[in-house]
Formats: sequence, structure tokens, C-alpha cells
Amino acid sequence: MSARLDDTDRAFLRALGEDATLSAGALGRQFGLSQPAAWRRLKRLRDEGILAGRRLELDREALGFGVTVFLGVKLATKGRVSLEDFERAVTAIPEVQVVQHVLGLYDYRLRIVARDLADFERLLRRRIMTLPGVGDIEANVLLSEERRPGPL
Amino acid sequence: MQIDDTDRRILRRFQADPDLSAGDLAELAGVTPATCSRRIERMTRAGIIKGSRAVIDWGKLGYNVEVSLRITLDKTDPRAFDEFLAAAREVPEVTEIQTFLGRVDARLHIIARDMGHYQHIYRARILTLPHIADIEPLMQVATIYRNWALPL
Repeated sequence: MSARLDDTDRAFLRALGEDATLSAGALGRQFGLSQPAAWRRLKRLRDEGILAGRRLELDREALGFGVTVFLGVKLATKGRVSLEDFERAVTAIPEVQVVQHVLGLYDYRLRIVARDLADFERLLRRRIMTLPGVGDIEANVLLSEERRPGPL
Repeated sequence: MQIDDTDRRILRRFQADPDLSAGDLAELAGVTPATCSRRIERMTRAGIIKGSRAVIDWGKLGYNVEVSLRITLDKTDPRAFDEFLAAAREVPEVTEIQTFLGRVDARLHIIARDMGHYQHIYRARILTLPHIADIEPLMQVATIYRNWALPL
């Protein structure tokens, strides 16, 4: 089941995708709605789970995380037990930000942050390559990233 | 700008829950509300805190298929990257674009309503993007773990 959105809902989602701190009043002024009408829309978008929280955007480099790496991981041995062991161990690594189970050339897609390339190498050798069941690993170092508004 | 342990403590709490009120954040970080707001303002001015963005649950809007497309570009043409990225931005279903140093050059994160819709986007909008030498899709089965927070 999917919720129906009108043009104003889409405009709200687009604006909040850029700045989640916008108030109902500010959104109303921007899109020609009264504050209560804007508030009711916001509440509906939250209640339906379409607006699923917010994410703080920090300057990774300024905070000392100069390197982000996307990893493709193929497991050497498969079976229910090895998937669970792998997932439990990989999510316990603080530098791991995303773990996705995928179908294709790899079994898992990971996003990890590191201080620099030396730190990444240490992580790769000591924490990732020693994970239970790990086979082939491919690393791609992030150069640039942009998030798009999506089909709104 | 240099950040200290107090800044780090505030950021740790703030990124774990960006919806926290100023008062709750100060209390959790163990600082006075005045210190907390002063620190946040300083880090925002310095660009360390870049803002906050709403997270949209696309599944709730009927987008049930997510695919990560790993793309290799034909780099014999010096304009390949720029032209590919400009064209990829025009595809509404592309929600993330990354470029890499590694075996693949770029990644597009695509959302679609179902497999039929994905097939349509892939044929009509992705295969027609300029300068593609190779595409490898990773179909997302499940997000096992996601944590945007940096291990500060």
C-alpha cells in the first residue's frame, strides 16, 4: 500500500530534504498555507511514516574522517549460520555505517569511514578481512557524493 | 576550527538523535543549555554542522525496489565524468550519486515501484546515459544496519 501525495506534500518533502528544521510556519509561508494547515500536513506525513526522522549532516573531513570507502564483500561459505555470524560481527565495528544484503556480484555492500588511508588499511586487515566467512573483498574509495531529492 | 571533547560529546548525542530538544541535548551531553547552544552555533558557523535533512521512507510511498548500479565509464573521453553525472541528475529515480577511486567509477542508487518499473527505468533512462562502458547491478535484499553517525 502506498500513500497518496499532492503537489504541496511533494513541495514539503523536497524542502525538508534540504532543511529538516523548517517549522510548519516557515513551510506554510513558503507554500501559501496557514500555519495550522501546514502543521496538519506535517503531522500526517510523520504519522504515515513517510517522514522518517532526520539526519544530521556533519563535515566528515573537518571531524577527522578523511576517507569513506564502499566495500563489496563476498562470503566464502554460505548458509544461515555464516550469514548471521557475519552480520553480527560486521555491525559491531564502529566505523561501519551501512550494511546491505545484496544480490549480484557481492553478498554485502558496506560503507565505512576511516581517518585516512593508513587507518582504512588497518581496519581492512584487522577488522574486515578477519570477519567470519569473508571471501572476496572489493574496495572503492569515495571521491564525491551527492544526494538527490528523488521522484517527488 | 579545533573541536574539543565537549564539542565531541555534544555531537555524539546530537547525531544519535537530531530530534532532541536543546534542553535534552544539553542534559545528555552533560553541559549547561547556554554552553550547548553556544557550541552548536560555533560549529554551525564553522561548517562542521552542515544542517539536518529529513529522511524519507520511500517504501511508504510505494517504492519497493532498490538497486545499486556500479558503473564503469569510458574514460577515453575527458568529458565522460561530467557528462555522465549531468545526465544522471536528470533521472528522478536516482537518489544518490557517488564517484570513486577504484575498480568502478560511479554508483547510482535507484528506487523503483516494482521490478517492471525498474526494468523500464533501466532501459529507458540508465542504458541511455552517456559514456557508460559497463554496468553491474546489485539488487538490495535488505538493509541490515544503517548508522549515519560518525564514531567520534
